[in-house]
Amino acid sequence: MAEGKRPLPKPTPETQHFWEGAKAGQLKLQSCNECSKTYFPPRPFCPGCGSRDVKVVNASGKAKLHSYVIHARPAPGFDPPYAIAVVELAEGPRMMTNIVGCPQTPEALQLDMDLEVTFVKQTDDIALPMFKPAGT
Amino acid sequence: MKQKSVAVVGAAETTELGKIPGMSQIQLHADAALNAMKDCGLKPKDIDGIATAGETPQALAQYLGITPTYADGTAVGGCSFMLHVRHAAAAINEGLCKTVLITHGESGKSRVAPTPRPPYPDSLAGQFEAPYGVFGPPTMFTIPVMRYLKKYNITQEQLAMVAVVQREWAAKNPRATFRDPITVDDVLNSRMIAYPFRILMCCLVTDGGGALILTSAERAKDFPTKPVYIVGTGESVEGPMISQMEDFTSSKAFRVSGKKAFEEAGIAHKDVDHMMIYDAFAHLPLYGLEDLGFCKPGEAAAFIGERHSAPGGKLPINTNGGGLSYMHSGMYGMYALQESVRQMRGIAPAQIPGAKISVCHGVGGMFAASGTIIFSNEAP
Ligand SMILES: [Zn+2]
Repeated sequence: MAEGKRPLPKPTPETQHFWEGAKAGQLKLQSCNECSKTYFPPRPFCPGCGSRDVKVVNASGKAKLHSYVIHARPAPGFDPPYAIAVVELAEGPRMMTNIVGCPQTPEALQLDMDLEVTFVKQTDDIALPMFKPAGT
Repeated sequence: MKQKSVAVVGAAETTELGKIPGMSQIQLHADAALNAMKDCGLKPKDIDGIATAGETPQALAQYLGITPTYADGTAVGGCSFMLHVRHAAAAINEGLCKTVLITHGESGKSRVAPTPRPPYPDSLAGQFEAPYGVFGPPTMFTIPVMRYLKKYNITQEQLAMVAVVQREWAAKNPRATFRDPITVDDVLNSRMIAYPFRILMCCLVTDGGGALILTSAERAKDFPTKPVYIVGTGESVEGPMISQMEDFTSSKAFRVSGKKAFEEAGIAHKDVDHMMIYDAFAHLPLYGLEDLGFCKPGEAAAFIGERHSAPGGKLPINTNGGGLSYMHSGMYGMYALQESVRQMRGIAPAQIPGAKISVCHGVGGMFAASGTIIFSNEAP
């Protein structure tokens, strides 16, 4: 078993909706009512145009593997080797994540492979969005 | 800035480099600072401007006994010192001060009184990156590379070649930590850190420090050292979250900083005799060469493979051995600046004969920030 504990997020007023969504099994993004940009990570204004007229939207949960490393050394809460990935969501934004339900090898982890979101419960308050190969 | 209006007159590293368990972080700053003052014949009372990162300017001022009229605590990671040089040049030209001391010291290996860098779980990186097991630069700085390799069809052998060539430079430098030759196979068979990165593609972790002293080009003539003039400067920042880097195959901060420095200097790429590209990991010289316009996108690996940056090549790069083989305390930018200054003074261990222009390009954080300084040894 992994030594230590995985670091967990501490939500702020600006990110509360994201973590509440994750707990309920929904991936939340934000979208600008003025310029239509969809963005992440959360903030109460649009990083594209500065407008405060933004809304929270549900993401499709579809993504593609954009890049990754496979950490070979132990880290708190993790058993090596484990992949640290960045995925590109169907809506455009990218996010860091782990890839689950798949060997943590270069052979299994092919860039641009189709992925879908899954939520992994950590505590009563926090579920982390992770991604698994699509259709599995 | 106005070309060649400011010069480096004092430059030195700590007396020792590598493993220095007998010195705390701030003493490493002071050791380098005293060496740089000795280099150009100054005392603490002669310094009226200070800039530092890691330690605060106020800690440095009190420790060294300096009363500055200019203090710069810009701390954007390993290229902070490039930004300090840029800001100091502006401050000297504006009359805010006459003589600026820039210091770096870091007990990277021995960890004697280092500055703590706690991860804040409510920061954006703490919420959206830390939970996925990133554990320091080897798991963050490296994340974009798989995308770069795929986009340009670059092999891991080509990535390994960066480390091989830099070891050739290190072999010429008695102060380099690692000097024995290595092959591409050695690199690819070395211990895995974070696929595709092996340990020989990652920087060293050592103790050390360095300091620079800058003054106006006019005053520089009265110093005992050969003045090294600043001809162009650039800086930019992108952001602290590697997952949010705009383009995983090119650094926005590099492009903006490099372009500004070349515009200020009014030089062409072919005018450059020597170059330093901060190499915390083997991919950085590739991004640097492309983002600063020395190579087209995707062509830097072939450029290095064809030995253009190696000893005897047309664009010598990282001639001290770099962060991969010379030393890397954590914020390596100061050592890149020191090597540019040595090359411009004509006293580098692997001196490039007749070199007149040196480009020194730094990175801060994980592609979070950038600073570029272009030096010349020719008087205005
Ligand atoms: Zn907008």
